[in-house]
Amino acid sequence: MAKFVGKSFKRVEDPRFLQGQGKYVSNLQRPGMAYVAIARSPHAHADIKGIDASAALELDGVVAVFTGQDLIDGGVGQLPCGWVVPDCKIPERWPVVPDRARHVGDAVAVVVADNPYVAEDALELIEVDYEPLPVSMGARATTEYRAQQLHAEIPNNTAYSWALGDEDGMRRAFAEAAHVVELDLINQRLIPNAMEPRACMAEWDDTMEEMTVWTTSQNPHPIRLLLSGFTLGIPENKLRVISPDVGGGFGSKIFHYPEEIIVPWVARAINRPAKWVATRSESFMTDSQGRDHVTNVRMAMDATGTITGLHVQTWADQGAYLSTFAPLIPTALSITLFSGLYKIPGIWGEMKGTLTNTVPVDAYRGAGRPEASYLLERIVEKGAQKMGMDPIAFRRHNLIPADEFPYQTPVAFQYDSGNYQGLFDKLEEISGYGDLREEQKAKRAEGKLWGVGVSGCIEASGPAPSAVAGSLGSAVGFWESGTVRVHPTGKVTALTGSHAHGQGHETTFAQILADELNIPLEDIEVVHGDTGRVPFGMGTYGSRSAAVGGSALVRSATRVREKMTKIAAHQMESRPEDVYFDDETGNIRVQGATDEGMSFFEVALAAYTAHDLPPDIEPGLEETAFFDPSNFTFPNSAHIAVVSIDRETGEVTLEKYFGVDDVGNVINPLIVDGQLVGGVAQGVGQALWEHGIYGEDGQLLTGSMMDYAMPRADRFPQIETDRIETPSPTNPLGVKGAGEMGTIAGTVTVANAVVDALAPLGVDHVEMPFTAERIWQTIQAHS
Amino acid sequence: MYPPNFNYVRAGSVAEALSLIASEDDAKFLAGGHSLVPAMKLRLDAPGTLIDIGRIEDLRGIAYGSGDENDCIGPLTTHATIASSNLASALVEAAGGIGDPQVRNRGTIGGNIAHADPASDLPTVLTALEASIRVENPSNARNIDAANFFTGLFETSLEENELITVIAVPREGAGTGSAYAKLFNPASRYAVVGACASVTLNNGVVSRARVAVGGLTPMATRCGSVEAALEGRSTDAIKEASAQVASDVGDDILEDIHASAEYRLGVIPVYVERALQAACARAAG
Ligand SMILES: Cc1cc2nc3c(=O)[nH]c(=O)nc-3n(C[C@H](O)[C@H](O)[C@H](O)COP(=O)(O)OP(=O)(O)OC[C@H]3O[C@@H](n4cnc5c(N)ncnc54)[C@H](O)[C@@H]3O)c2cc1C
Repeated sequence: MAKFVGKSFKRVEDPRFLQGQGKYVSNLQRPGMAYVAIARSPHAHADIKGIDASAALELDGVVAVFTGQDLIDGGVGQLPCGWVVPDCKIPERWPVVPDRARHVGDAVAVVVADNPYVAEDALELIEVDYEPLPVSMGARATTEYRAQQLHAEIPNNTAYSWALGDEDGMRRAFAEAAHVVELDLINQRLIPNAMEPRACMAEWDDTMEEMTVWTTSQNPHPIRLLLSGFTLGIPENKLRVISPDVGGGFGSKIFHYPEEIIVPWVARAINRPAKWVATRSESFMTDSQGRDHVTNVRMAMDATGTITGLHVQTWADQGAYLSTFAPLIPTALSITLFSGLYKIPGIWGEMKGTLTNTVPVDAYRGAGRPEASYLLERIVEKGAQKMGMDPIAFRRHNLIPADEFPYQTPVAFQYDSGNYQGLFDKLEEISGYGDLREEQKAKRAEGKLWGVGVSGCIEASGPAPSAVAGSLGSAVGFWESGTVRVHPTGKVTALTGSHAHGQGHETTFAQILADELNIPLEDIEVVHGDTGRVPFGMGTYGSRSAAVGGSALVRSATRVREKMTKIAAHQMESRPEDVYFDDETGNIRVQGATDEGMSFFEVALAAYTAHDLPPDIEPGLEETAFFDPSNFTFPNSAHIAVVSIDRETGEVTLEKYFGVDDVGNVINPLIVDGQLVGGVAQGVGQALWEHGIYGEDGQLLTGSMMDYAMPRADRFPQIETDRIETPSPTNPLGVKGAGEMGTIAGTVTVANAVVDALAPLGVDHVEMPFTAERIWQTIQAHS
Repeated sequence: MYPPNFNYVRAGSVAEALSLIASEDDAKFLAGGHSLVPAMKLRLDAPGTLIDIGRIEDLRGIAYGSGDENDCIGPLTTHATIASSNLASALVEAAGGIGDPQVRNRGTIGGNIAHADPASDLPTVLTALEASIRVENPSNARNIDAANFFTGLFETSLEENELITVIAVPREGAGTGSAYAKLFNPASRYAVVGACASVTLNNGVVSRARVAVGGLTPMATRCGSVEAALEGRSTDAIKEASAQVASDVGDDILEDIHASAEYRLGVIPVYVERALQAACARAAG
C-alpha cells in the first residue's frame, strides 16, 4: 500500500530555501579566489581587429587578461552541438571569440582580478577595435538572397532543413478537402530569466591535477562529459562537476556555456580558484533564449469538420550559433507533436533552422511542444470557426478515442495512454462551460469584448528511449541512473542523476523510496547534482525526472528489497516467498508468524556485518540501476481561459483560468499543482507580456527587467486545476511529465481567448504578445 | 552590484547635507536609491561621492495643514507612506501604483521628482495639484511651482547644490476631488501614459479643473485646453473636454518599444477622461 506516493507533502527542501540557507554557486567561496569578468561585444556583428588590454593590466588588483586566441592556444575546444539532424551544418563556436563577434554579448576578452569591483573597472579599460559588419535578423528573412552571411561555411544562414510525416497523404488531404484554413503566425522570442543568474566557480589542484567545477547546471554529468571530451580536455576521472542548489532553469541551464569553460581554464592558468557570476544584464544577453518560430500552417477538413490534413512550414531562428540541443527543439520535439490530441491522417511538417545575429535559441520550458501546440491549437480554433462549430464540440469530433491507445501518429510518436473525451468532460464541468458561453452572449450584447479560449494539448515528456534519440540525431543517451544505498543503521542515501532546481525531487523521490522500502520519509536523503557522488546521469529537462529518474530509483530499490528479503528469510529460517515488508510495524516479517520479525535496521546491519548471509549473497546493501524508458510519456490537457478586453485602451485582463491535466499517476499532488500553476503563469506570460525584442541593428532592446515584462502574480486570477489519471504503461510508476504542460497549454489557451474576444470585430488572428497597443491597433483596424 | 569606486558620507542634518554638497567633488544626494543605484549599477552614473540624506528625520513625514494651509510633505517620505496617507486622493492613488512593494517602501517623493523620469507618476500629479517645491542651498532657499520645476527629459530647475526640503500640496477642501489614471508599463510599472485631474464642483458645474498628463511627453504637461473646455460646464462635458488633450501635449511625443507615439496619443484622452470622471465623483463626495 502506498503510504507516501499520491499524498501531498510540503517540500523538505523548503526550510533551507526560505531561511536563506540554500547553497547556490554564487554563495560559495574558495580561499584565494579570483574573480572573472567578461568583456562582451556591444555589436551584433563585428570583426575584432585588435584588443589592447594594457590599461586594464595596469590597474591595481588585475591578475590577468585573456583573449579568445589565448584560450585557443591554451587548448580549449569549440562548443559542440549535441543534437545533429541529417545534413546539419554546425557553425564554429569558441568560448571567447578570437576574430568575430556574432551577437551582442558574445565574449571577446576575459578579465581576472582580486575582487569583482576591480574586474568590472578593468572591463571598462579594455579597448577592443571593432569593425562592425551588417547584421542578419529574422528567422525567415535571414535565409533571403541578399541577407548578410553569418558563417562562411553555412550558405543562406540555414543550418538544417528537416521534415517529417506523410507528404503524399498531406497532398491528397488538401486535394480532397471540403474546407481549408490557413494561418501565418509568429511564436515570438522569449528570454528565460531564471531567478538565479548563471554562475561558475572552479578550483584546480595542481598536485593531483584535479579540477572541480561548480556550475549552475540542470545536468552536471553531461557538462563534465562535454568539458572533458570537447572543450577543456581534462580527463573525466580528474574532473568533478557540482551543481548545488540551482535557482530555476526552465531549460536555460541545460546547455554547455562558454563561461563553464573559461572559468576552469582560468583557474588552471593562474593556479588559483576563480569565479564568475552573471549580472542580470549578462543573463539577458547570454542565456539561451526560447521559441522564435515563423510559421505558415494549413489544415484540411472534410465536409463534416473532420481534420484530414495538416501542412506546416516553419523557420526556426537558432541565433548566432547552434546551442547544445538547439536543432532538437524545432524538429524531434515539435513536428512529432503535430497530431495533437487528434486523428489526422495526412501530416507533413517542414522545418528550417536558421542563423541570425542574436543570442542562441535552445530549449525553454516546453521546448518545441509549446510551439507545436500553439500552431495546432490556433489552426484548430480557426477550423472550428470555419465550420461554425463550438470549439469544444469541434475538438471532440476529432479526438483520438480512448480505446485506440497505444495510438500511432503519422509523425513518429506512439502515444502511450489517454482519455481525451474524459479531459473535456471534466473541463466543461469545472469551468461551467455552458454558463461561460451564456455569460459571453450577455457581455457581447452589452458591446463588451469578452472571450473564452479553449485548448487541448499534448506533449512528449520523459526523454527518452536512447536508441530512438540516437536515430533522431542525439549524441547522447537519455536513460537515467539511480543508486539506493542503505547504510548499516538503516538510513538511506539515494543518488540520482536527475537534478532539482525547483522541482522538489528531494521530496518526491523520498516519497517513492519510502513506499518501496517501507521506511519513514525522513530516513531518506536524496543526493543529486555532484559527479563526485552520483555515478552518472542525464539531468533534468523535458519533464523526465519522475518518469526516468524516479523509475531508476524504483528499480534499485526493488533490488535492495529483494536482497533484504533473502537476507531476512535466511536469518529467520524461512523462505523468501514467505517474507514480506509489513506496512504497519515497518518490520520485515514472515507470513503467518507471530513474532515481530526483523526491523529494517536489523536486516541492513546484517548485510554489513555479513556474519550470517545466504551463500549466494554478497555483503553490503547498495544497488544501482540504469533505466532506459521504452517510450516517451504523453501528458495531455484541456484548458480554458477567459479574458476581457478594454475596448478603449486595448488592455487585456485574464479573468478566469481552468486546467484539467492528465499527468498519469501523481506522486505529490501539491507539487504537481505547483508545477501546473507556475507553468500556466509562464505560458500566459508569453501570450500577454513577454517578448525578447531586437532592433534592426541586432541590439537587444529588452535587456533588463525594466523592459522585458515578466508575469506578475497580481495579474492572475485563481488558476483552477484538476486532473484525470490514466497511468502511463511505459514506466513502473505510471507517471507522465508534469513540469511543462502548464506552459505548453497556457500560451495558446489565452491566445484563443483573446481572438475569441475580438471575433465579433471580424478578427481571426493577432500576434503575441497581446500588449495593450497591439490589441488597440487591431481594434482600430477592425472598426 | 559592482559600481565604480565612490565615497559615501551620511548627513545628519539639512545643514550638514548642504555643506557637504558644497564641499564634495562630483557629489549626489542619496535618498531611497531606487533611481540612482540602478544607474550606478549599470555604470550609467558614477558620482564621486554619495551624500546619504536617508536618515535626516526632519526631511521625512507629512505635516497636514489646517484650513487653507497646504499639506507639507518631507522629501524623504516614501511612496508607501503617501499611499496610506490622507493627502490629496490623486497623490495617494499614484503613490500606491508605483512599481511594487519594495520600490514603494524605499523610493521617496523627493528622489522621484528630482530624478524627473518622464514615465514617473508623481511629477504629473504634483503638476496638476499645483504643488510648490521648496529647495535650499547653503545660502538660500526658494519655492518653485511644480509647473516650473520640471523642465525636460530627466531635467529640473534644481541646481546641483540644491536640496529639496518640502513639497507643499494644497489641501482638498469640500467640493474638490482628484484622481490619477495610468496605463502601466507591464515590465517596470512606470506610466506608459498617466493623467491626473483635480476638480472643484459647484452645483454640478465644474468651477475649477486642473489637469496634467505624463508618460507621453518629455515632462509632465499641464493641459490648459482640457481645463478651459471643462470649466463652467457640467460633468457631461468631460469626454469632449478630454479630447482637447491633443492640443496640450504638443508634437514631441515619446515613443519606445512599449508604445508608439500614435498609441500614446490615441489613448491619452481615455485616461484624462477616466481621471476626470473619478475626480468629479470624489468632488461630488
Ligand atoms: C523597479 C522600479 C519600478 C519603479 N516604478 C515606478 C513607477 O511606477 N512610477 C514612478 O513614478 N516611479 C517608479 N520608480 C522610481 C521610484 O519611484 C524611485 O524611488 C524614485 O524615482 C527615486 O526616488 P529615490 O528616493 O529612490 O531616489 P534616489 O534614487 O536616491 O535619487 C534619485 C535622484 O534624486 C536626487 N535626490 C534624491 N532626493 C533628493 C532631494 N531631497 N533633493 C534633491 N535631490 C534629491 C538624487 O541625488 C538622485 O539624483 C521605479 C523604480 C524601480 C527601481
